[in-house]
Amino acid sequence: MSGNTEKGQFDNKVVSWVDERLPIFTMLSKEYGVFPTPKNFNYFWNFGAIAMAMLSIMILTGIFLAMNYTAHADEAFNSVERITRDVNYGWLLRYLHMNGASFFFIAVYIHIGRGLFYGSYKGPRELLWIFGVLIFLLMMGTAFMGYTLPWSQMSGWGATVITNLFSAIPIVGDSIHTLLIGGFTVDNPTLNRFFALHYLLPFVIVAVVFLHVWALHVTGSNNPLGIEPKSKKDTLPFHPYYTSKDVFGLSVFLLFYLWVVFFHPLALSHADHFKPFDSMVTPEHIVPEWYFLPFYAILKSFTADLVIPFTGIILVEAKLLGVLAMFGSIGLLFVLPWLDSSPVRSATFRPIYKICLFLLLISMLVLGYTGSQPAEGWVVVAAQITTAYYFIHFLVILPLLGKIERTKPLPKSINESVLAKKEGK
Amino acid sequence: MSKTEKIDENKRDFLYLAAAGMGVVGVGSAVWPLVDSMNPAADVLALASTEVDLSSVEIGQSIKVVWRGKPVFIRRRTKEEITEANSVEVETLRDKQSDTDRVQNPEWLIMVGVCTHLGCIPLGNKPAEVKGEYNGWFCPCHGSHYDTSGRIRKGPAPKNLEVPEYKFVTDTQVIIG
Ligand code: HEM
Ligand code: FES
Repeated sequence: MSGNTEKGQFDNKVVSWVDERLPIFTMLSKEYGVFPTPKNFNYFWNFGAIAMAMLSIMILTGIFLAMNYTAHADEAFNSVERITRDVNYGWLLRYLHMNGASFFFIAVYIHIGRGLFYGSYKGPRELLWIFGVLIFLLMMGTAFMGYTLPWSQMSGWGATVITNLFSAIPIVGDSIHTLLIGGFTVDNPTLNRFFALHYLLPFVIVAVVFLHVWALHVTGSNNPLGIEPKSKKDTLPFHPYYTSKDVFGLSVFLLFYLWVVFFHPLALSHADHFKPFDSMVTPEHIVPEWYFLPFYAILKSFTADLVIPFTGIILVEAKLLGVLAMFGSIGLLFVLPWLDSSPVRSATFRPIYKICLFLLLISMLVLGYTGSQPAEGWVVVAAQITTAYYFIHFLVILPLLGKIERTKPLPKSINESVLAKKEGK
Repeated sequence: MSKTEKIDENKRDFLYLAAAGMGVVGVGSAVWPLVDSMNPAADVLALASTEVDLSSVEIGQSIKVVWRGKPVFIRRRTKEEITEANSVEVETLRDKQSDTDRVQNPEWLIMVGVCTHLGCIPLGNKPAEVKGEYNGWFCPCHGSHYDTSGRIRKGPAPKNLEVPEYKFVTDTQVIIG
């Protein structure tokens, strides 16, 4: 998005006048009009635009919710109930926001999965990928703090458990924990700061999205073949080809989203999220929102201390192990570009990687399920096996596979491959 | 003094370092009030103590009282529970503490009812609640089992349930905190 390009020609006098002083229209036209985009995108390339739309919806509905929300431990629960019952269209705002978080995560998970399958994290797009992981982390923080705002049983106990993760840090853990919640237990000071941060972080996300898109427009998009465009024949101008495709994809996605909002607004919620927070009683079964479940399962799968064999000396406590593994599982994504040793991007040409990635997907689904269940019996074992696979996938398979895998031959160019497909070869 | 300008690199490095050091100190002291404002405020810190009347608690019963916003479990233990708590080899425990270190009067077990894993409130106070594999308390959040002395025996929690400071004023009157 640099401004040092040739000035565009605009018919409209006002547009020209502005553009000569601040070349914003030149920039828009360069980045979203004529921007050369690989012509072989499939529908997985819709989800960036969809995620951006969801972010806008979250901010818009959030601001109007905040106008009727009271960030106080005594009143928060009732103020949210009032929004749902009495405020004009308050139910709509709340259900859009509540389910919007879920659909935002759906879009982003598909978007990340796309990146994993087609190797979009590989050079020269490492920084672009890192900004993406950063957005993912910020989203998790934002959604977690948003979930505490209705001050329900799930809100309060979720906040208790998650802030307690930090108490696992040796020596300074307890001080950090107290600093985070502003007291000895999760209470009004916690709610207030979470509201302040829940309002702030989405705008930080907007800023990082800007950097993410900037980096994208420096390297250009990856594509299903994972090879760089070589000539004009390989690309199409972004407008109207991909603007229209994005609008179409977004419309289909929004249809699903609105179907849930209007017909099953509570399908993704838990009954304990509709009881006021009671700091003296923990619900029988506390679970986070579905989008955190795989990571929650990783946390729960560490049930024994790491000891030096036969001595009984504890090296790392189970609690700290679980916390490290949970944060580590996301931390690994930051260094993924340097873990994968294969020069070939797209899984289409990597037969073994494709299988490993499929196993990773299965592992995430199993982790998601086990995360929602009480930690007993086979559930623990299943979570432990899949947690092991998660780490082996990133730390062992990816570094080695690139060295031993026989990849399939890459097509000479995007254009050639597209034409070959068309001829039915 | 010579006319030719000679640059003393060491002097420059020193100046850079000193300036950077000063900057760090300045920024640090400006940021600290922001960070510290997130710590518990004076009114939150004002330590409260709670006085509890135990005269109505029968042997084998537990009560739950609130102290500094946290639940405190007070259990009047049975003979069997006390024997069970004392029969354990302390060396085999994760958090090595003998039962006598955890009580002033073996009949009364007083401890903070907050799981040392991630802060949930364990079950086991009411007769109908599960007590876990060691007949004490069970935390439903991630499955920590505590024994009849409130010591961690199984599951992810690292420490025994915390014993707060308390004092018996009379045989049935206790002040916690
Ligand atoms: C990254 C974007 C955002 C995400 C992922 C997000 C997520 C969430 C979630 C999961 C909840 C709990 C909903 C419920 O269970 O009822 C929530 C509540 C809330 N959010 Fe957001 N949010 C975002 C942006 C915003 C913004 C920009 C504001 C503006 C101030 C805002 C204001 C609120 C308010 C007032 C509530 C409490 C009312 C309610 O629970 O419906 N949010 N948010
Ligand atoms: S909080 Fe009790 S086991 Fe995790």
